[in-house]
Amino acid sequence: MFIYLLIIVSFFYYRCLYPMLEVKDLCCARGEQQLFSGLNFTVSGGEIIQVQGKNGSGKTTLLRTLCGFSIPVKGEVIWNGSAIHEIDDEFHSDIVYLGHLNAIKEELSALENLRISSAISGWSISDNDALGALSRIGLQGRETFPVRVLSQGQRRRVALARLLVSKASLWILDEPLTALDVGAVELVQSMIKLHLSNNGMVVFTTHQTLDISGVEIRCLALS
Amino acid sequence: MNNLSLMSMLGVMIRRDLLLAMRRRADVLTSLVFFVMVVSLFPLAVGSEMDLLRKMAPGVVWVSALLASMLSLGRMFAADYRDGTLEQTLLAPQSVSILVFGKIVAHWMLSGLPLVLIAPVLGLQFDMSGESILVLIVSLLIGTPVLSLIGAFGAALTLGLRGGGVLVSLLVLPLCIPVLIFGAGAVTSVTSGVSASSNLALLGSFLLLSLLFTPWVSAQALRISME
Repeated sequence: MFIYLLIIVSFFYYRCLYPMLEVKDLCCARGEQQLFSGLNFTVSGGEIIQVQGKNGSGKTTLLRTLCGFSIPVKGEVIWNGSAIHEIDDEFHSDIVYLGHLNAIKEELSALENLRISSAISGWSISDNDALGALSRIGLQGRETFPVRVLSQGQRRRVALARLLVSKASLWILDEPLTALDVGAVELVQSMIKLHLSNNGMVVFTTHQTLDISGVEIRCLALS
Repeated sequence: MNNLSLMSMLGVMIRRDLLLAMRRRADVLTSLVFFVMVVSLFPLAVGSEMDLLRKMAPGVVWVSALLASMLSLGRMFAADYRDGTLEQTLLAPQSVSILVFGKIVAHWMLSGLPLVLIAPVLGLQFDMSGESILVLIVSLLIGTPVLSLIGAFGAALTLGLRGGGVLVSLLVLPLCIPVLIFGAGAVTSVTSGVSASSNLALLGSFLLLSLLFTPWVSAQALRISME
């Protein structure tokens, strides 16, 4: 009896320590056109997956399905043993999604953008936390400028700063390197490395090459 | 870092939208100026016959308020949809309905409340009595939030569609007819010497009903639009 209890407790303990994303027999379509089917993979703590494929092969659709925006034709996405549409709130507090759009307001400053977006994700961060994240991402001295006057690359950096203040364990990144210069690409790589070493997970797409020393990037090819 | 409660999430959303509007004031003024102009056009077109104007006033003000609120509906979610912040809002771990409700409250404060505040001046233009102006303000104060709430539902449904602006009016205007009838009816009943309370009570019940359902329905509609 005691041993059974121990097994059950250790099972839940394991699950808390090692969160896991599972995709089972996923089939997605855009309109009438089927993009991919029979897709199976898992991501657990410390793992990183790159979704590869031609333009229009469904990379963005897959990432949006993982977030729960798009409903798959068949199959399901499972987070820690439960289908994501059943545990919306819990799941949403565990992921951070960076899409094609930067999700920043042009009228607001980088600081205001970061504080408001993290408040909407359920976390209030202090000015100091936000300023620290912005200077780490290379926006020191531009924190209070309206985003309107920043360049495309700097806007992408404001969006990336969300990753630094988030506590989510799963990062879903759609083309995170667009418009970034060499220095920023290295910064993103080091951010990903740190996140993985904290037992985080990353699912991303990119057409550039991401080279993180000591990290094995698994590839998932969509045909 | 602190976990935010539902009420503070609501506050964050309202403050955010008000701040955005402060940085782009022209948008707020357009629907207010539209309202004032449409109401002012009627005396010019109909002529200066006092009895006729007094009789028309409640209907004219209410129809204009309805049209002015249609004008600003397109903005409620469209900007957030274009720059991707709406996606992030829908990924919020807490109730999305609360955040949508915050957006609706901010929208009313920016598009409904100014109409309520300017209405007494327009009432004088139509030679309305003091008592009817008071009832007009009260009816607008109860009625315009309903317009924002129902409008949010329409705006959420038509998000991202081509020609959504016209479509949202076609969708929402019929739903707002009861508000128009009881809102204008309240003022008319006072001018004809009857108590306005029954009309206002019905208007209030519409407000409660839409408060209860529309934030949730709009959140679901936004999810559908995001697919």
